[in-house]
Amino acid sequence: MLEIKNICFSREGKDILKNVSLTFPDNKVIVITGANGSGKSTLAKIIMGIEKPDSGSIIFNGQDITDMPIDKRANLGLGFAFQQPVKFKGITVRDILNITAKRKLEKCELCRYLSDVGLCANDYLDRELDSNLSGGELKRIEIAMLALKNSTFTLFDEPEAGIDLWSFNSLIDIFENMKNDTKNTIVIISHQERILDIADEIIILSNGTIKEMGKRNKILPKLLLSSKSNRYSKEVKCNE
Amino acid sequence: MNNTPNTVDKKILKVVSNIDLSKLKGAYNIRKDGKLLVRNTTPNIDIVSKKDKDGIDIIIKENTKNESVHIPVILEKEGMNDLVYNDFHIGENADVTIIAGCGIHNESHKTSEHDGIHTFYVKKGAKVKYIENHYGEGNENAKNVLNPTTVIYLEEGASLEMESLQIQGVTSTIRVTKAYLKEDSNLVIKEKIMTAEAQEAKTEFYVELNGENSSTHVISRSIAKDESKQEFYSNIQGNTKCFAHVECDAIIMDKAKVSAIPRIDANDINANLVHEAAIGKIAGEQLIKLMSLGLTEKQAEKEIINGFLK
Repeated sequence: MLEIKNICFSREGKDILKNVSLTFPDNKVIVITGANGSGKSTLAKIIMGIEKPDSGSIIFNGQDITDMPIDKRANLGLGFAFQQPVKFKGITVRDILNITAKRKLEKCELCRYLSDVGLCANDYLDRELDSNLSGGELKRIEIAMLALKNSTFTLFDEPEAGIDLWSFNSLIDIFENMKNDTKNTIVIISHQERILDIADEIIILSNGTIKEMGKRNKILPKLLLSSKSNRYSKEVKCNE
Repeated sequence: MNNTPNTVDKKILKVVSNIDLSKLKGAYNIRKDGKLLVRNTTPNIDIVSKKDKDGIDIIIKENTKNESVHIPVILEKEGMNDLVYNDFHIGENADVTIIAGCGIHNESHKTSEHDGIHTFYVKKGAKVKYIENHYGEGNENAKNVLNPTTVIYLEEGASLEMESLQIQGVTSTIRVTKAYLKEDSNLVIKEKIMTAEAQEAKTEFYVELNGENSSTHVISRSIAKDESKQEFYSNIQGNTKCFAHVECDAIIMDKAKVSAIPRIDANDINANLVHEAAIGKIAGEQLIKLMSLGLTEKQAEKEIINGFLK
């Protein structure tokens, strides 16, 4: 279980997270949603240790990890899929998967993880993680890495971005496999209705605070309704 | 002179040419402290000592396929200054691999220097892969200097791919590569350099694209650590319908300094020349990504460097 308590984070005079407290129960899919700039990505980065909160604490399975560096959190079982995958000159797909697994993977294992994200190992294993790969390809590799990493709590920052051509179902299968097979807690930052559809719980962030949270069947209908009414009000404005 | 390689010789040969002497096949010429140590020739590849100056002629018959030549140089005698001229004559339609390189083992405080001047005459349709490794070891106050010059003449349809690697122990280097390309010929150069402490490395590339549809691709990747200095110069002359792509990529660390001075001259309307140069420290996001996979910052840095110079 991961708990965050009274997290505050501000930069350049702007309060990005205002006294946020949350509990992420084990073995659930939790989707954090909210408008751009509501503090979703910052919250995920604070959990992973990429950003340091101004105040508040993070407790993972009873251990205070607030001041723990990124690598130690990773080794405790936290994982983070970047919104914009990082490029590396010279490091190949095979290399990064071996680094993730902390061992030399067999070809069949590499094939399995890549085919789960819709990539053929023979075409990709020896390619470098640089600009020769498209944003969507890098994103799929990023997701394969997280599926491979032996985490118990994995954060995905907008995993659906850039993977338009790849069936959404495969992505959802991966999340479900991670949840069922590895007992992972999966926290996904997303705006996508189809991802919200697989959530056990939904958290809505707004202006750095939790606007609403709860089980999907309670939150999702309201969310869809409000997004439809927003769309309607925009259409009205356009017609004017 | 004792012609049996000692333990240090064997280690250096392993590093610079990946040679295990007991298993070495094909043509080879191993030079130590300015003299011939061992040589072997094959029916297709002859190696002849020059009469007018120090060096060898390597003569590869036309249509020679899948053969290799090793010509490593070892410098162990302190204060040695070794200047050598090696000429490679590659016959038409041959397809060969040439592995050169120099390893210096310098236990003194003096300067050991090797200046190898290699000239390649690559005939029509021939294909050459040329690998060159430079390495230094020994006393920390020793000065190991390596100044290789490579001159390449590619005839019609010939191609040469050069890989040069210098990753350790070379105090100072000035590497000069000049190439002259005729019709349909292709030159690929992949250079990898790592400097540390107060080492200095300067590399200069001069390529003339004289023949129609000639092309070149020069890729330089380097890492400068500590207080080391690196300079990269490239000068590509596109004199006809041709293509050139030069990439210079450097990672700078600590208090190192790196300069990249590119020059591309299009002297013909159909010359298509591209230069890309980038110098910067290891990106913070790269370290964060690898740390999020459980690597410490030092381990992450090592993986990034190893990948970059792979």
